[in-house]
Amino acid sequence: MTETSYTKLKWNLIGITLSFSLIPLFVLGYVIHDQFSKSYQEKLTSNLRLVVNNKRDAIDMFLNERVVQLQNLANTHTLAELTDQTYLNELFDIIHNNSRSFIDLGIIGQDGRHEAYCGPFDLSDVNYKDEPWFNQVMLKGLYISDVFLGFRNYPHFIIAVMRREGDKAWILRATIDSDVFTSFVHSVRTGKLGDAYLVNSECRLQTSSRFGGKILSKAEHLDNFHSTDTEIRTWDEKGSKLVAGITHLTLTDWRLVVVESPGEELSPLLRAQYVVYILFIVCAVMIFAGTYLTVASVVSKLKASDKERAVMDAAVMQSSKMASLGKMAAGVAHEINNPLSIIRESAGWIRDLINDGELDGYEAIGDLVEATNDIDRHVERARTVTHRMLGFARRMEPVHENVDLNMLAKQTIAFLENEIKHRNIDIVCDFKQNLPLITTDSDQVQQIILNLLENAIDAVGKEGVITLVTRVEGPFVAMDVRDSGMGIPADQLSKVFDPFFTTKAAGEGTGLGLSIIYSTLNKLGGTITVHSEQGQGATFTFFLPLSGYIPGHQEEICLE
Amino acid sequence: MPRIRVLVVDDEPDFLKLIQRRLGKRNVDVDVASSGQEALHILDKALVDVVILDVRMPGFSGIETLKEIRKRHSEVEVIMLTGHGSMQSGIEGISHGAYDYILKPFSIEDLLERIRAAHEHAMLKKNNRSDK
Repeated sequence: MTETSYTKLKWNLIGITLSFSLIPLFVLGYVIHDQFSKSYQEKLTSNLRLVVNNKRDAIDMFLNERVVQLQNLANTHTLAELTDQTYLNELFDIIHNNSRSFIDLGIIGQDGRHEAYCGPFDLSDVNYKDEPWFNQVMLKGLYISDVFLGFRNYPHFIIAVMRREGDKAWILRATIDSDVFTSFVHSVRTGKLGDAYLVNSECRLQTSSRFGGKILSKAEHLDNFHSTDTEIRTWDEKGSKLVAGITHLTLTDWRLVVVESPGEELSPLLRAQYVVYILFIVCAVMIFAGTYLTVASVVSKLKASDKERAVMDAAVMQSSKMASLGKMAAGVAHEINNPLSIIRESAGWIRDLINDGELDGYEAIGDLVEATNDIDRHVERARTVTHRMLGFARRMEPVHENVDLNMLAKQTIAFLENEIKHRNIDIVCDFKQNLPLITTDSDQVQQIILNLLENAIDAVGKEGVITLVTRVEGPFVAMDVRDSGMGIPADQLSKVFDPFFTTKAAGEGTGLGLSIIYSTLNKLGGTITVHSEQGQGATFTFFLPLSGYIPGHQEEICLE
Repeated sequence: MPRIRVLVVDDEPDFLKLIQRRLGKRNVDVDVASSGQEALHILDKALVDVVILDVRMPGFSGIETLKEIRKRHSEVEVIMLTGHGSMQSGIEGISHGAYDYILKPFSIEDLLERIRAAHEHAMLKKNNRSDK
């Protein structure tokens, strides 16, 4: 696996984990939020409906009270009594003291003229005969006007009631202060954007609106309202959404409008929403961080185990290469040994003939002797190779002995003493004292040390140092064989244990020494490593198990 | 000293021819056989001191031939000849009653030495038996 595929795997895992954790979280959040705001919206509208209805009832009651008050006055007094100015003044004082909303009181005869008047204005000469309201009250007996500015240029409205007295009819008319009425409606306003006002049938404001304008200006959004019941409408004003409750008054065709801003009314919901959003972001960040850390650690562990497995695979491949080579070598060696012996015997026969004097007098006899010697020498060389190759395939029960690696190394060095002296090489032994004995096959181990020493001598050439170190490393006894030679180029390091790999000139090395060592150590439960930097010499380190090896596990043992 | 009588058994005719010539020059009477059956046939008729027996032969193998020889001709010594390059097949031969073994390719002197040793051993055995 390449670095990119690990990165891809990592992000795939992160993506999957995040989708499985974040999607349900968001769905849950959305559902909760949706249900919450729906129920809150319902609560808001039902509240608004309640407020509007209550206020409407209050206004209706207010108007009704005034109407009843006037009707009572008209029904309990005769025209003669009420046209008595002194009596009317007294009566007005009583009414005004009880309710500040009454501004004046007038008695109008059926000809439309003021019979009597009590109030701050001088209206005694005003004739209402042609006023539409006059006709209406004469017709229906009761009239409540829209708010108007009138002669007095002051917002007010009138309530007029008619009384028939014999064949005569007269009207009791009162002016109601619109301001009292306005403040009464305005008391419903809530929040910074809330509003409450009354409009007439033409949608003209009967009380001032907080944002909709002055009295008698046209109010918007209220067209097409015909419902007799309370209706909830929503609209946008200056970018904010508003919700309004609209209802008809009973006594007039006025409508009460109460406007609220859901943003304000729902502020607890919005606060909860913000908290939820923040919680979601925090959760998402935590989930992401957790996922990232977990996946990154899993992927790095995977990477490490893949690496480990690759190394193991390489080792398994190396040993299986050895095994198959061993089998092949056995066959090849056998096939070669037979012709080799015939070649040798043939040369031997020629030599026999020469020795017996049968070729005496033959001129080229010297060349013939030389040729037979050459044949012998090269057959011997070939034989060495085939016998070494056969070492791979040899099956033999290994010997178990308690081996002192230090002692074995000293004996092996003794073998090579002449060679070492001749080449002026220093052998430095750095042996660990009291090295534990290991149960292994001493011949094979000696062969390994011998091969490594021979290689080291070849690497050093002349006048150098070979260092042997023994130590205990974990469950192994280890031995370093370090030379001061030229070292091994990095690109060849991985091949040194491959069969037939050699850096020596053709004919000088078989390229099998190290691969035999490799497979021998494998059989003995050990292993070998190499470290080298070019120009710095090379160190071969082999390890043998302290606990010995289990013979049942070893199939092929090399003995060379 | 009487000439040693040797029977060489190998499936390579060239090898047999050369061995016959070279041992013949060294005071050894050589008979040859190219298979196990042929060898047993010769042994039934002729007097032989030492048999040189190749381990790997087609048909009747060297070890089978050896077992048969041991059964029928206890006085004959056998030297196993192996091209396998390993001691293993030689050791197997010894465990079945061969006197010695030699790896191919070998030097004629080496072979001659082993033949003489085998012959001496055969003589000793014979004398011991006749002493009794």
